[in-house]
Amino acid sequence: MEKNIICIICPRGCQLKAKIVSDIITVEGNACKRGENYAIAECTNPLRTVTSIVRVANRTDTMVSVKTLGAVPKDKIEEIMEIIRNTQVEAPVKIGDVIISDIYSTDIIATKNIM
Amino acid sequence: MEKHDIVIIGGGPAGLAAACAAYDSGIRDILVLDREKQAGGILRQCIHSGFGLHKLGKELTGPEYAAHYEEMVKLRNIEVLCETTVIGVTKDRVVTAVNKNGVLEIQAKAVILAMGCRERSRGALNIAGSRPSGVYSAGTAQKLVNIEGYKVGKKAVILGSGDIGLIMARRMTLEGTKVEAVCEIMSYSGGLTRNIVQCLDDFGIPLYFNTTVAQIHGKDRLSGVTIAQVDENRHIIEETKRYIECDTLLLSVGLIPENELTKGAGIVIDPITSGAVVDQHRQTSVEGIFSCGNVLQVHDLVDYVSDEAEIAGKGAAMYVKGQLKTENTAVSIAGNGVRYLLPQSFGTDSESVSLFFRVTKPCGAVRIDVKCGETLLKSEKRIRAVPGEMEKITLKKAELEKIEKSVTVELEEI
Repeated sequence: MEKNIICIICPRGCQLKAKIVSDIITVEGNACKRGENYAIAECTNPLRTVTSIVRVANRTDTMVSVKTLGAVPKDKIEEIMEIIRNTQVEAPVKIGDVIISDIYSTDIIATKNIM
Repeated sequence: MEKHDIVIIGGGPAGLAAACAAYDSGIRDILVLDREKQAGGILRQCIHSGFGLHKLGKELTGPEYAAHYEEMVKLRNIEVLCETTVIGVTKDRVVTAVNKNGVLEIQAKAVILAMGCRERSRGALNIAGSRPSGVYSAGTAQKLVNIEGYKVGKKAVILGSGDIGLIMARRMTLEGTKVEAVCEIMSYSGGLTRNIVQCLDDFGIPLYFNTTVAQIHGKDRLSGVTIAQVDENRHIIEETKRYIECDTLLLSVGLIPENELTKGAGIVIDPITSGAVVDQHRQTSVEGIFSCGNVLQVHDLVDYVSDEAEIAGKGAAMYVKGQLKTENTAVSIAGNGVRYLLPQSFGTDSESVSLFFRVTKPCGAVRIDVKCGETLLKSEKRIRAVPGEMEKITLKKAELEKIEKSVTVELEEI
């Protein structure tokens, strides 16, 4: 089986071709090693970084931006968003603070400082 | 009158990087002015990831990238004055600003313009129909969603496939807004390929090329839009018209450098970039006034904004110290396949000069030729080139020495 994939690791956007022959995946068209890993992951377990916002309970009209520290399975994004939407935090918040821990083997961390 | 060595207008990524570079070139008396409550510019609402890969070697979100530079500015003790709007700059480098304390007049030895850009609005497009609520520029919607925490609508159509539109398609989908379609009047997207993949394809959002919004419907709130295909002259093809019910329309139809202050200072503007005409130090046609970032040319990556701002910051510092000299000036000319070149002029006595440009249309493999008259100075290949991604070619001392009066950069498809 052949799969055409556009790499999203960096803005270069390499056009990759993954060939799957009896569970062995070979990748062409990648400019770097990360592209190869990305193509293999797309064929087996596609991963994405999710970014969103969380309401700061003790500040008026204030949101803190958050992201998944590692990538999470693409088909779990909706479920993760539901958890993020139902979360509130208390300021102060610093960049890197864990907002939601241990979700699909990663953490959701703050990406903004709220004093 | 208050006096400073360097006054920087705008505390976004360009202004902050310029401030750090000026400081690192030996200037201590620097003042950054910003109209918002906090520095960081538009990055503060760009909560998605993908910033800093080139410049910082790691992938950050917009707020993290901004925080990195805020920290750098803080470490250097550079003064950033927020909630202060600059209302005028003269060619003698007098900066007039207003804030809650009143009017400020500042005499600067050098000024760096770093005001960024603004979005093209509905008014620039002449879309027929009523004027209901629910029509937003993509950046406004981004601010409402990411900074203020609102959901902008239930069903949306996005006009324009620039990066902000694509990013917002994903963002709204994640927040429960159904994005019905992204319409692009051109036959290609101005956005990065990776954004089409991860923002549209991942969520099954259709992208229609050669398609525009022909009419806006609704009395108080938007009730729907009529979309239609366009012919090669971008005229609407009547029989392709179809109605999409939606309560939200996002416009992501281009960015315009915000150069009112620049024009007020009598600085020459390039009609193609809509930014100032500059030399290799990013000095404008008015001595001692520099320009960088999206107010100079609209960038696709913030990393390159920071690079450009560092050039301007260093240039301004050298100007203040009386060390800025440009001799044997040559002009750069955009040849076949090249929309514009920046800097528009440069000194051939430099150590090296990078010429930045955009191609006129999407191409496959191309060769970039830099010529002086009929003499070929340099040639580089690219596996592909698209208007959405800024290109760069660097001339070294040996090549610069061969230049007389002008260089032409042109594209040859191979």
